[in-house]
Amino acid sequence: MNLDTLLCVPTCDGPLLKAFTLVGIRCVVSATGRLDDIARAEPSEGFSGAVVDASTMSMTDAMGLCRQLRAREKSLSPIMVILDPHQVDELTFREDLFDDFILTPLDVNEMAARLRHRLRRAGHEGGTALVDLGGLLINLETYQASIAGRTLDLTYMEYELLRFLATNPHRVFTRETLLNRVWGYEYYGGARTVDVHVRRLRAKLGEEHAHLIATIRSVGYKFSLTSNWSDDED
Amino acid sequence: MNMQNQAQYVLRTVEERGIRMVQLWFTDVLGRHKAFHVTPAELADALDEGMTFDGSAIDGFSRGQESDVLARPDLTTFQLLPWHAEGSGVASVFCDIVKIDGTPFEGCPRQQLRRVLNEARTRGYTFFVAPEMEYFYFNSLETSAPPVPVDRGSYFDLLPDDTASQLRRRTVLTLEEMGIGVEHAQHEDAPGQHEIDLRYTDALTMADTVMTVRHVIKELARQSNIAASFMPKPLSHEQGSGMHTHVSLWREDTNAFIGDGPYGLSVVAQQFIAGLVHHAPEITAITNQWVNSYKRLVPGHEAPVSAAWARFEPSALVRVPTVKTGRFDSTRVEYRAPDPAANPYLAFAVILAAGLRGIEGGYELPAEGQATTYLPRSLAEATELMERSQLLHETLGEHLVEWFLRNKRAEWASYRSEVTPFELERYLPLL
Repeated sequence: MNLDTLLCVPTCDGPLLKAFTLVGIRCVVSATGRLDDIARAEPSEGFSGAVVDASTMSMTDAMGLCRQLRAREKSLSPIMVILDPHQVDELTFREDLFDDFILTPLDVNEMAARLRHRLRRAGHEGGTALVDLGGLLINLETYQASIAGRTLDLTYMEYELLRFLATNPHRVFTRETLLNRVWGYEYYGGARTVDVHVRRLRAKLGEEHAHLIATIRSVGYKFSLTSNWSDDED
Repeated sequence: MNMQNQAQYVLRTVEERGIRMVQLWFTDVLGRHKAFHVTPAELADALDEGMTFDGSAIDGFSRGQESDVLARPDLTTFQLLPWHAEGSGVASVFCDIVKIDGTPFEGCPRQQLRRVLNEARTRGYTFFVAPEMEYFYFNSLETSAPPVPVDRGSYFDLLPDDTASQLRRRTVLTLEEMGIGVEHAQHEDAPGQHEIDLRYTDALTMADTVMTVRHVIKELARQSNIAASFMPKPLSHEQGSGMHTHVSLWREDTNAFIGDGPYGLSVVAQQFIAGLVHHAPEITAITNQWVNSYKRLVPGHEAPVSAAWARFEPSALVRVPTVKTGRFDSTRVEYRAPDPAANPYLAFAVILAAGLRGIEGGYELPAEGQATTYLPRSLAEATELMERSQLLHETLGEHLVEWFLRNKRAEWASYRSEVTPFELERYLPLL
């Protein structure tokens, strides 16, 4: 599985988090932006880039951080900076410190498109990420999923649910979290909707692979590669 | 949810999977399945702007002067139709019908259901539905003679692998492949009669699903040169086809029907049942909308004729199915009047509305097995009850009720003047 992890300073929430979810990349947040904190949080395969939200700090601090990230032994690239419109002037002569910038208020689709574009330009898999787990293959760019070589016909919500779980493997999500992160709020079924969709997804995955979506009793669901799964038939 | 991503998903899937045609599905007031066919080239526009068409061509859609309406795809319902070959694929997507200015069109059954669901939601309820679809397989739909069932089986019969059983199995597998959960399928009581029980979903998804299921059953039958029919009572002396509808209300993660009352029912469940029983006669025009529907609602074939609730009695209008130990979440109520030729959107809407009235008005649950009133015995009676029903006027709106009454009166008028084989056989030699 080649999912990119980006460093986010100082937060990753709201539209930024949505953009991450859309692109199918992970974030590690460092609230302090201190290099030792960042190094501790770094995944073994390293960061594929960073997003620095300069709109929440002074431009000097933000650019200082970018400089440090560039100067690290494992230099970080691409670096994307989020700016308040009034900060744009201050970019002059600092062009080498970042690869792209975007203005607040963030537009989720624009942010997602820029992330994808930058990751691809930097030669990372990000934009064309393939999820390849336990026989499940998801091409995040073409929205096509297959299991053991068999193409899956998924509705949009089934696809989104599968993608969300598979890009966060082994993490347990409550139904409420899934509803909020995958559906948004405009749905009639409430939390039971998640159960219905999980049932549908398992049916489409087929008996042999249905265990990929595991029920964690009275908590929620997770994407799991082990084949013991609790049965939630009711 | 992000519309743009949904559109991207649909467009990319069409491209990647070699879809040659996308069917924009919608439903007229009588629940008949309608479709536009668009090519991938036109699809982006159709997704963006919807498809304009002349509503006066569709039953229940005409609105006098300005008859143009817009079919707007609900992209979450986009699905591939698995019986079309890879490479020349066909996909479908359900549409809402809106006025040209984008506001909801009151003749659109899908949006009428949405309205009632929204009402339930403002009270904190979500509504789950699981219908049992009964239907017949016949050798043909030729109408010059009574239809001939494809098999001679009966209730739960395990027949050697005959055509009908194979066909039903293939249908169930196709539905599962489309993500439609099938609880179980079986041979029903009458020759050629089969049943497919669907697994619960929210009511809007289920109404879409019923449309899809009817289409799949008919389409796969047609491919085997067999004719499937959802006609409520196709054979005079056999059981008719019903659409027993299991319903439950949920509050967040909790089944609001579970409680300490009789059979483990909550007060809410009892009031819901009371609402159903009380309003049953007036909503029957919607749940049983054809002249033929009333030939099923007769004594002797396990179909309800009066408004009573019970635990076991098979001819009860409302049943409280036994819940397996430890499976209290499946506590539910089964409403047995509807037939599979109903408009599922409107049927689910009025069932929910009747139940909600019971909760809102704190209706008292009548004694078990005690019929408070009779169901209408003909379409004529049903439309009369509908006309006087405040519940239906409020739930479905004036436009829809008025059109429906006009259409059903016309249907009754043309039936009434028809001389039937029954009369000829009986009277011609005698009188």
